Amino acid sequence: MSSAAHSVIEPSATSKRIAGGIVVLYAIVSMIPLFWIIATSFKTPPDSIAYPPKVLFTPSIEGYCNLFTTRTRQTADYINSLPPATSFCDETTRKRNMVIAGQSNFVPRFVNSLIIAFGSTFCAVFLGTLCAYGFSRFKVPLADDLLFFILSTRMMPPIAVAIPIYLMYRELGLSDTALGMILLYTAVNVSLAVWLLKGFIDEIPREYEEAAMIDGYSRLQSFWRVVLPQATTGIAATAIFCLIFAWNEYAFAALLTSGTAQTAPPFIPTIIGEGGQDWPAVAAGTTIFLVPILVFTILLRRQLLRGITFGAVRK
Amino acid sequence: MTDANASILERAAETAARATPAPVAARVRGLSDKAVAWLFIGPTMLLLLAINIFPLIWAIYLSFTNYRANRPNEPIKGVGLSNYRRILGDHDTWLAMQATAHFVFWTILLQMLIGFALAYLIDRKFRGHAFGTTIILVPMMLSPAVVGNFWRFLYQPQIGLFTYIVSFFTGIPPTEIDMLSSVTLAPWAIIIVDTWMWTPYVMLICLAGLRSIPDYIYEAAEVDRASNWRQFWSITLPMALPFIMLAVLFRGIENFKMFDMVNLLTGGGPGSTTEVASITLKREAFEKWRTGFSSAFAIILFVAVFGLANIYVKVLNRVKSR
Amino acid sequence: MKSLSRMTFGLASALFASTAISNVAHAEDLTLCWAAWDPANALVELSKDFTKETGIGMKFEFVPWTNYADRFLNELNSKGKLCDLIIGDSQWIGGSAENGHYVKLNDFFDKEGISMSDFVDATVVGYSQWPKNTPNYWSLPAFGDVVGWTYRKDWFANPDIQAAFKEKYGRDLAVPATFAELKDIAEFFQKREIDGKTVYGASIYTERGSEGVTMGVMDVLYSYGFKYENPDKPYEMEGFVNSENSVKGLEFYKSLYDCCTPPGSSNSYMGEGIDAFKSGQVAMHMNFAFTWPGLQKDEAVGGDKVGFFANPAGPNGDKFAQLGGQGISVVAYSERQDAALKYIKWFATADVQKKWWSLGGFSCLKAVVEDPGFAASQPYAQTFLDSMAIVKDFWAEPSYASLLQASQKRFHDYVVAGNGTAKEALDGLVADWTEVFEDDGKM
Repeated sequence: MSSAAHSVIEPSATSKRIAGGIVVLYAIVSMIPLFWIIATSFKTPPDSIAYPPKVLFTPSIEGYCNLFTTRTRQTADYINSLPPATSFCDETTRKRNMVIAGQSNFVPRFVNSLIIAFGSTFCAVFLGTLCAYGFSRFKVPLADDLLFFILSTRMMPPIAVAIPIYLMYRELGLSDTALGMILLYTAVNVSLAVWLLKGFIDEIPREYEEAAMIDGYSRLQSFWRVVLPQATTGIAATAIFCLIFAWNEYAFAALLTSGTAQTAPPFIPTIIGEGGQDWPAVAAGTTIFLVPILVFTILLRRQLLRGITFGAVRK
Repeated sequence: MTDANASILERAAETAARATPAPVAARVRGLSDKAVAWLFIGPTMLLLLAINIFPLIWAIYLSFTNYRANRPNEPIKGVGLSNYRRILGDHDTWLAMQATAHFVFWTILLQMLIGFALAYLIDRKFRGHAFGTTIILVPMMLSPAVVGNFWRFLYQPQIGLFTYIVSFFTGIPPTEIDMLSSVTLAPWAIIIVDTWMWTPYVMLICLAGLRSIPDYIYEAAEVDRASNWRQFWSITLPMALPFIMLAVLFRGIENFKMFDMVNLLTGGGPGSTTEVASITLKREAFEKWRTGFSSAFAIILFVAVFGLANIYVKVLNRVKSR
Repeated sequence: MKSLSRMTFGLASALFASTAISNVAHAEDLTLCWAAWDPANALVELSKDFTKETGIGMKFEFVPWTNYADRFLNELNSKGKLCDLIIGDSQWIGGSAENGHYVKLNDFFDKEGISMSDFVDATVVGYSQWPKNTPNYWSLPAFGDVVGWTYRKDWFANPDIQAAFKEKYGRDLAVPATFAELKDIAEFFQKREIDGKTVYGASIYTERGSEGVTMGVMDVLYSYGFKYENPDKPYEMEGFVNSENSVKGLEFYKSLYDCCTPPGSSNSYMGEGIDAFKSGQVAMHMNFAFTWPGLQKDEAVGGDKVGFFANPAGPNGDKFAQLGGQGISVVAYSERQDAALKYIKWFATADVQKKWWSLGGFSCLKAVVEDPGFAASQPYAQTFLDSMAIVKDFWAEPSYASLLQASQKRFHDYVVAGNGTAKEALDGLVADWTEVFEDDGKM
């Protein structure tokens, strides 16, 4: 974003201070739910449902224990007959008259999320860069129509897309597979990727490649050696968008996967305790799930800002 | 191919390239531009054809049948337009459309107001505005499903933080604030969460709009001694309007499709109060398994979004060219 | 760029390796799919013996009740291979048999000498047979379940509370014999202060997404005289589903929801019910019997503080209860059907069934439940037997999901959202169900 605007007409110091105050207040209020998720993940189950809600509490990792394990309630006699507890989680569980029955499915689901989100992002950016370059540099027949068609595929409600995909994947044996999900997310993301990247590549002067080609580079070489290095910012911005979509996606994952390839978003809401949701465990799962996105947001905020505003201006 | 191999090949190609005139070189080693174009665009088109277009055509075909995905052995029977007639004549469809319209209207209104106000304030460039912007952005990066699910906890009567805070400021007993159970409050519960998540997005687009206004216009206004109020109404707002309208378009399309957050927060309840179109569609398609019927519904929704968006873009272009 | 391509290559190979490894690890194990609830965790504990005996590892895929039908019917309909064994809900049996999701077990039962007459009759009809009352078996009864009630025995026994109740209603505070009495008691407890805490009357089913509100409403409607169809003329519903008595029953359910449930009960099913009872919020609690072992063992409200009773009678003295529970089936798409059948064979043995009961699983084997010591073996055992004797179940037709969706919507719209009247809700339900059966060509 350009920082040169309004250099002459400076707002007064007071108005700046008031503006700053309001924005900071909004930022704080909008962070409360996030703060509460993290705080709840370190509460014990009784603390988490205390009234009034507890802001100060003794931290506990019981929520994380419950996130990674499944437990069964047993009588005190049965528990006393077991060998002594070996871990902190074991001990906490037994204090609640329960024993750890086994591992929960959280870790495999998280790994699925990583594989599918990164896999599809890579494919979408790869295909998207090639396609965007093609549209940017060559005369493609019906280019405008094709570009509009590419973008309009994003207007379909996900459930509407899922109906035929469900049938198709059933015939192809792609239901509940990582490959199926990667293909689907790639297809959804590639439209955005083409659209964003075409803008970035349009900005790179053609003269660079032409000069390289006069120097003896082939078309492919000049694309690889000249255009790609120039487009890295754009590619990074696009990649973040694709990654955020694929990481957060819920509707397709809930309908087209059931276990083997299920990702974290449909899994986390199904973490329950003995009764309804085990909120500390849900909060723990949510926290772990949010960490990668928070890190990305903060590390890559510049590219991100550029991508959003850029995409908007282009469209 | 390993890296070492690749670089040897490349080097060989480079030496060859230097020795040959460029056009010849291109023909010998490289592909023609046309071939490259198809090579680059082809895979994406193929993927979109396979995952988007083919299923869409299939869905159009199914929408004229009584097919049920949970009974693959039954013969598929053509039913003509009866699926469409049933949907458009069904009272419940219109209730779902009303719920969707209510949700879309209020989320857009709130997000535009708050988002624009924030952008306007951030454009004052107080110290630390860049950092503030980043913090404000965080909610829109989060998963609507995962975070929406957690909002259920915040909305719990009594123990929920949201109800507690509201009751603290209003004095209404926290057991009486039933955000998700009450027919009047539940539609607002989903609006609040969506506004919380997506106001930052609107804010960013508005900010881009505000920053696109050239300084000289304001300078000219200063010379004319136009008041700040006048400047806002006659310069800032009209010039940022195309951006605001874009934000409306994006949020409108997204919220028309809304499924994940509402599904986890209220599941369409209480009763059918918050049953937006996507939730009805999911019930028909993946719970009742009326595949043909729900395909017809999906097509209707798609045509609706597509049609509305196209009309809107026409209006937008007119505003832009003014 | 070189580093980028190297990274890509690394990522790709890591991807490949990780999927390959996970496939190897999966090859031998059996995956059993069920709902995420107490009995499932008990089954994990029980199955450790199976692994010890046979060397076949067990993996589990448990999904909360509110997603259970959605997820696993989706899985079966997509011919998924996730589950080798599935403990599927009783109402799925029609669809799963007709669409070939389950392996038919008759030959296997004959070969292994497993006799269905060794299992409680109601559970065999409810969980195993399709068409009903014919000797075609698609599963082995695994977990008997039925809707019943738990109550706070300690509050009911408190002299002060008893006195206050007697003063108000002119009779002793005791386990209700009729639904009318149940409502009196619930009203009496609603918003009463006990031990410095505000408590509420009863927790009942109101969940919208899956089957909650239907299970709760039906549990009450049966005793009011509701019938699914004309006993002499199948699929004739007019005058049976929406009979005058059914209307009264539905009105009763709504009045119970309006007067006597804790705040925020608009979407509560088994899990929320357990939470409400365990947190000491409610005096009575409608839930499936599976919750009873856990509540009995609970440190806060268990032991002497909890009591159990079967459904009270309706206005005409009828007493029925909603059947729950499931049978265990082999999934037709599984590649490990032999090992899966081995598991069923192991599970059907009397010793395993006895241990199943002791761990908190409701066995359906007659040898277990008809054992003279059974009724006294747990405080809830007699209530379980009483309830199992009066069960009725929802439609088990292949279109059960559509039928259920219709009742979920009609009931939730009326009971929770307060739209229209009970008569309109039931008339609408007849219309919806008629449409479903017409689409099926059954009417």
